[in-house]
Amino acid sequence: MTTALSPRLTSATAGRVLRQLRHDHRTVAMLLVLPSALLGLLYLLWADVPTPRGQPDTFDRIGLTMLGVFPFVVMFLVTSIAMLRERTSGTLERLLTTPLSRLDLLLGYGTAFGLAAALQAVVTVTIATTAYDLDVAGPLALVVLIAVVDAVLGVALGLLASAFARSEFQAVQFMPVVVLPQFFLCGLLVPRDQLAGWLQAVADVLPLTYAVEALQEVGASPEATGTMWVDVGVVAGAALLALGLAAATLRRRTS
Amino acid sequence: MTAAVTVSDLVVHRGARRVLHEVSCSVPPGRVTGLLGPSGSGKSTLLRAVVGVQRVHSGTVTVLGRPAGAAELRARVGYVTQSPSVYPDLTVRENARYFAALAGRDAAAADAALADVGLGAAAGQLVGALSGGQRGRASLACALVARPELLVLDEPTVGLDPLLRVELWAHFHALAAAGTTLVVSSHVMDEAGRCDQLLLLRDGRLLSDSTPAQLRARTGTDDLEEAFLSLVRAEQVPA
Repeated sequence: MTTALSPRLTSATAGRVLRQLRHDHRTVAMLLVLPSALLGLLYLLWADVPTPRGQPDTFDRIGLTMLGVFPFVVMFLVTSIAMLRERTSGTLERLLTTPLSRLDLLLGYGTAFGLAAALQAVVTVTIATTAYDLDVAGPLALVVLIAVVDAVLGVALGLLASAFARSEFQAVQFMPVVVLPQFFLCGLLVPRDQLAGWLQAVADVLPLTYAVEALQEVGASPEATGTMWVDVGVVAGAALLALGLAAATLRRRTS
Repeated sequence: MTAAVTVSDLVVHRGARRVLHEVSCSVPPGRVTGLLGPSGSGKSTLLRAVVGVQRVHSGTVTVLGRPAGAAELRARVGYVTQSPSVYPDLTVRENARYFAALAGRDAAAADAALADVGLGAAAGQLVGALSGGQRGRASLACALVARPELLVLDEPTVGLDPLLRVELWAHFHALAAAGTTLVVSSHVMDEAGRCDQLLLLRDGRLLSDSTPAQLRARTGTDDLEEAFLSLVRAEQVPA
């Protein structure tokens, strides 16, 4: 395994991961349907609650944020288990003896699950804006883009987390560790400017904060804003950083 | 003729335990070299050192003129782990095609490798649905497809029916005749006679590096199992 990138090997790996996914019909069905179903539950939750005058609709605010949170959580889980399987089944060790580079492998995973996330986001956004009347001021394509970048962040952190898990039991428990603090602090539960100073500082270094802010920007303004693009860039940068760290955890020689 | 693999004073620790004790040996090119010894003798560790995934304490391993694990060797060395390392949620053909793609080979090469291990008819089945022996052959096909110069096989014939075993050994020798160097580990001594060269390993120490004929002559027995036992006994008698 080298560090030189090969688009050919990256796409072969992405294709392989997608083929594995395709054989698992139940996982595909859950990937496509679950976020929409959960969003439907949220829709029903607030359907009969009156919105105070002058306040944005609660479901619009929370539903839109969840469009970024779902792909992040789902792809984090799926990827950390998939990578753990590579480690425990011996296929990772085998791949490490082939011309495939570590980054090829990780980018292959990122590409495959990023594509799956794009499909998931299209389904969820379509259902949310039609069946659940989710109001988004900006272009829906941007919502899908942000969902995909969030998914890639989930993939990257999942790949990294799998390095610290010895078993699937441990791997799934990294989900609350990685996801919940980011979810609590992202500004959905309590606006960020109302957080204690040090909590705000923590929120400012967590990537999900920027994903949520990007979605809020799209929700509020009909055109893409500069803030939104900066936010998307921060999330993408965090994903690349996590991929780089994950590559460093892939040791070729083990004892 | 320069050796395909040269191991010099190799020491490997696993935790506090020393699993290889200053092992030195060489593997001739274009031959089938058998690495034999009981389970736990350090065979897999030695093979892992040859393919460059084993952390070594001291000593050197040179493969095809380069330090083991060098980046450029990865297209030239094929490795099949003891437990089948293929994707159970892909079909046999999808596995072979993926490893073919990694080696820069095409789909036809993948199909040919599957035919070589007798899995042509099972190509469309999920690996997870195969028997243990079939899974092992699928794993082997994924290494054969790269047509490596050096093929390192860790117990490739475990659990195979006798007929298939004979066929695979014939295939190994055909590969060797075409110039491939093979290192094949086994804990079954009756496979020793099928090798051109024999490395006998016990408790992390190399007992013998010779041809089967040399081993028979040295120990005065035709039975290689007996020969192995007599080497072990000779080792245990204090000099």
